[in-house]
Amino acid sequence: MENHLILETQELSKSYENQKNVLNGINFSIQTGEVVVIVGPSGCGKSTFLRCLNMLEPIDAGVIRLDGKEIHQDFKKAHLIREKVGMVFQSYELFPHRTVLDNIILAPIKVQKRKKEDVTKEAVALLTRVGLFEKKSAYPRQLSGGQKQRVAIVRALIMHPEILLLDEITAALDPEMVREVLQVVLQLAKEGMTMIIVTHEMGFAKAVADRVLFLDQGQVVEEAAPFEFFTYPKSERAKQFLNTFHYEAIEI
Amino acid sequence: MRKVRDFSLMDLEFILEFSPMYLEAAMLTIRIALIGIVASFITGLFCSIVKYLKIPVLVQFINLYIELSRNTPLLIQLFFLYFGLPKIGILLSSESCAIIGLTFLGGSYMAEALRTGIDQVTKIQTESAFSLGMKKSQVIRYIILPQAFTTSIPALCANMIFLIKETSVFSVVALADLMYVAKDLIGIYYKTDEALLMLVLSYLLLLLPISVICSMVERRMRYAGFGNTGTV
Repeated sequence: MENHLILETQELSKSYENQKNVLNGINFSIQTGEVVVIVGPSGCGKSTFLRCLNMLEPIDAGVIRLDGKEIHQDFKKAHLIREKVGMVFQSYELFPHRTVLDNIILAPIKVQKRKKEDVTKEAVALLTRVGLFEKKSAYPRQLSGGQKQRVAIVRALIMHPEILLLDEITAALDPEMVREVLQVVLQLAKEGMTMIIVTHEMGFAKAVADRVLFLDQGQVVEEAAPFEFFTYPKSERAKQFLNTFHYEAIEI
Repeated sequence: MRKVRDFSLMDLEFILEFSPMYLEAAMLTIRIALIGIVASFITGLFCSIVKYLKIPVLVQFINLYIELSRNTPLLIQLFFLYFGLPKIGILLSSESCAIIGLTFLGGSYMAEALRTGIDQVTKIQTESAFSLGMKKSQVIRYIILPQAFTTSIPALCANMIFLIKETSVFSVVALADLMYVAKDLIGIYYKTDEALLMLVLSYLLLLLPISVICSMVERRMRYAGFGNTGTV
């Protein structure tokens, strides 16, 4: 299948009551199969951007288009959009009262009305792929952070989303667990999953991204291929930001 | 001065003779309490969902109800139902008054207990359910209520015991419950000590097992709930 434009925003703006212009006229587009990584200092609006795309936040101005159709800010129909736009959160947010398997199969059965046997079969296959088959009857509390996050990814994947939003999914993890989660994401990228990833893992960003977006104060400051961005950042702000990840650059 | 009597002077024959009356009254108390508790729970569930959804107008009514119900004694509520309503042409049987009164009282307590549980489900937890394409009704049913219910169990159990104890005022609407029987026997035979002893024992026998079961359930939910016993 040929790649085509799947999601775009034009002049997307958003303010909170106590914070103006969290997003300030963002123009963005992503093709199917593309992986875009968004980086930027905290408070730059990258998480808010993902939340707007998934209709968890209303927008103040601008347009979001999914598959060429404008997403209207009609929150009664938000579930129809969210079915196509999967999201994984920093804090995993598994449902604590359900086993791993029940966490995964709940939405496909209740939302998409798929058959329980089919969904269970697919869930087991996906769990096996992320190395968690033997945890299928465990409760979230019995899992490590990295395991929880892998389950959360599977839970989003089983809905067959057209695009997946990953919001700092490794930020709450111990360093050893970061790898096992990022491995899964890298694998997905290889298989052609369309993803928008917000992360602070610069090494990972370099490895997974087709394109890097640098956001600051609600605006796209720089947009480039990963090698270009990390080696020759154009803007002063991006240089400054990237420097914070090189400790040798700090003068004592 | 009140007469002081030796405990050993209790009239055992009297106690044995009138035990069946207490049993019958206890059955009535249990039946009404059970209906009242179930109805209270349903009322509370409804109120807490309306409060969660912040449905306009309705939520104001419910807040009014909760304040009214929590800040007036059951005795007064029953007086209103039994003696007040007939004045405007609504005549209710003793049993209906008791059930409605208990539900009116219990509904608000159950609502507040569930409300606390609902508040403990974090916003981002519900958002993760929304992000899977669930509608609000599905999120409430599959994600919020099961978690809210589990965290509310201690409060719900306490309410249950509280409501059973509150049944002791039903005698004012001429319902032949435990208290009513005791008062009756005292009035007829003047066997105050025996009648009151049996009354206390009846309530203890009724409530102790429920208390024990409640603490067992609470402990189970605390330690075993959601796989807490497993290793990490």
